[in-house]
Amino acid sequence: MNLIEIQDVYKTYDLGDVKVPVLKGVSLSIARGEMVALMGVSGSGKSTLMNILGCLDRPTSGSHWLDGREVSRISVDQRALVRNSKIGFVFQNFNLLPRTSALGQVMMPLNYTAAELSEQECRQRAVKLLERVGLGDRLEHEPSQLSGGQQQRVAIARALVNNPPLLLADEPTGNLDSHTSQEVLTMFQKLNTEQGITVILVTHDADVARHARRVIHIRDGVIEDGIPQAQAEDASAPGGAPCG
Amino acid sequence: MSRTVAAALVALRRNLLRATLTTLGIVIGVAAVIAMMEIGNGTSTAIQKTIASMGANTLLVMPGTAATGGISYGAGSIMTLTAADAEALARDCPSLGVTCPMVRARTQIVYQNKNWVPMQICGTTPNFLTVRDWNNLDEGEPFTDQDVRSSTRCCLLGQTIVKELFGHESPVGKEIRVQNVALKVVGVLARKGANMMGQDQDDILLAPWTTIKYRISGTSATTTNQSANSAISTAVNTLNQIYPGGNSETSNVYPVASVSETADKPVNIFFANVDQILCAANSQPEIPQAINEVTQILRERHRTKPEAPDDFIIRNMTEITNTLSSTTANITFLLVCVAMISLVVGGVGIMNIMLVSVTERTREIGLRMAVGARPRDILWQFLIEAVLLCLVGGAIGILCGRGCSSLVTKLWHCPTEPSVPAIIAAVVVSATVGIVFGFYPAWKASRLDPIDALRYE
Repeated sequence: MNLIEIQDVYKTYDLGDVKVPVLKGVSLSIARGEMVALMGVSGSGKSTLMNILGCLDRPTSGSHWLDGREVSRISVDQRALVRNSKIGFVFQNFNLLPRTSALGQVMMPLNYTAAELSEQECRQRAVKLLERVGLGDRLEHEPSQLSGGQQQRVAIARALVNNPPLLLADEPTGNLDSHTSQEVLTMFQKLNTEQGITVILVTHDADVARHARRVIHIRDGVIEDGIPQAQAEDASAPGGAPCG
Repeated sequence: MSRTVAAALVALRRNLLRATLTTLGIVIGVAAVIAMMEIGNGTSTAIQKTIASMGANTLLVMPGTAATGGISYGAGSIMTLTAADAEALARDCPSLGVTCPMVRARTQIVYQNKNWVPMQICGTTPNFLTVRDWNNLDEGEPFTDQDVRSSTRCCLLGQTIVKELFGHESPVGKEIRVQNVALKVVGVLARKGANMMGQDQDDILLAPWTTIKYRISGTSATTTNQSANSAISTAVNTLNQIYPGGNSETSNVYPVASVSETADKPVNIFFANVDQILCAANSQPEIPQAINEVTQILRERHRTKPEAPDDFIIRNMTEITNTLSSTTANITFLLVCVAMISLVVGGVGIMNIMLVSVTERTREIGLRMAVGARPRDILWQFLIEAVLLCLVGGAIGILCGRGCSSLVTKLWHCPTEPSVPAIIAAVVVSATVGIVFGFYPAWKASRLDPIDALRYE
């Protein structure tokens, strides 16, 4: 069984009078342990697909299986639980809590589910993860005292704290220089190969996509396989992709 | 739950200054409520004490009415109360503290070349001073129970009489003459001022009731000036002054009771009768019970038949006391209302800041939702933040309020009273304010769409 299986997913935004179709029948499957790049230009439906893959949004129609469970029709609370236990998020702008220590950032997701863990165990787990991303000596540093690369590594540690099978990275290198980008991407590769964590990189940058073993292109709401590499590079527009 | 509280604390600490300023509204509100309640309670107690010293807790037992041929002679026209009644009441009524019999006279008093007719000449026992809360003498000593038993010729004078007869001289040890009886002044009463009806309470001469009764008046109370009476005529009947031409045998304004009437309504006449008995109830709420007890005991002692009306009248000052204490209660209530308004304003301040905080932390909310916070987790977090702000504000407010009221006591000697209900109310109200005004921002935060919230700039 694949980790992710989506079948015939449609997503239509209803703006009152007009209905805007964004995803028009997307089907794809991602196996456990894969490292996949999801590429597409602005307005291609890439962000919408990512939101659905991340259980932040529900498809209008179609089915979405995550880790053997149909998640396209479950309630808001259940989706929160799925996000907490199955998916680790890494964002372009890190999204760290202001004025909170690195340790606090990593422990934060545990507040919502891991009621059975004691404060001490939560702490140990967070420390271990921060050591693994190479920040063992910066446990008490706040985001303002960390560099961009370090902040992103804190975010990765936070994404991993619940041992999720899936890591969803939305433009993880968008705010980083090329050197730290390389570091972060290497870290993803290492997590993928050593821990067997499935990684999905959402990007418009072909250099980033090259680190993945499989590239999925999306254009105008449908999956487009076999698109020439050059064309994808042309399409790389600056800025984030807005929804729809 | 404990983690949510911890998270809320961390979030508040991230913006300590703002949290402090937000709490200020609640602090001021709670402090105002507490200070108002304490000052109000203190004032009300002080006023009640003042009223008590004016005789609010006292009951006045007067002899009943005699009536002949359907015409009443007014209160006090039969003589049924005795000094023994007063003692019996003090002994047998649990809700009465002390009692004293009173014998009244109105006559001229003379010292050297000056004379004066006091408003009140009271024959009583030393208990009178306790009943009227008048134990602090300016000079000298009160007369004693021994003086009462031996009808010693001594008296206490009120300030007005001292001023009229002695000027600036000290009267203690001097002798004044009342109806040609020399009374030695043993003490001077403290100034009490006018009573609630505007009468000068200091225009009073107190003496043992036996002295007044057996040495001076020789009869029961009359309201006329007996000295003037005796100067004009030797006749006892005071009607001579109203109808100078008549004499008591031929022109009697009251119908004379017939033999059968007298037989029908026998009236016991005690030769040791007193005009009034003054009783002090232990406390104001016990007055109705005290009235019942006095009625029962006096009816028993006077052997009144069950169907017969009381042969005495009981008066109390409940109405005046109630009016005054309800006035203070109203003022306290008003002040507390004003203070409550400031609490509500403080609550609106909290809502304001929480709304700002929700907007400012939209991204954080989105992130928390993305990593698995359910809407209700977000709701709780913000609600707990608001309630914590209010509770901390309430706690500081209680301290400030207490400090404020003790400062008021220190600086202006304004009486205050610590009030436990005020503190409980303040805590409950501040928690309620936190929940009520924290709910909307928290609810708004929990309704955010994680996708939009994450992208919020």
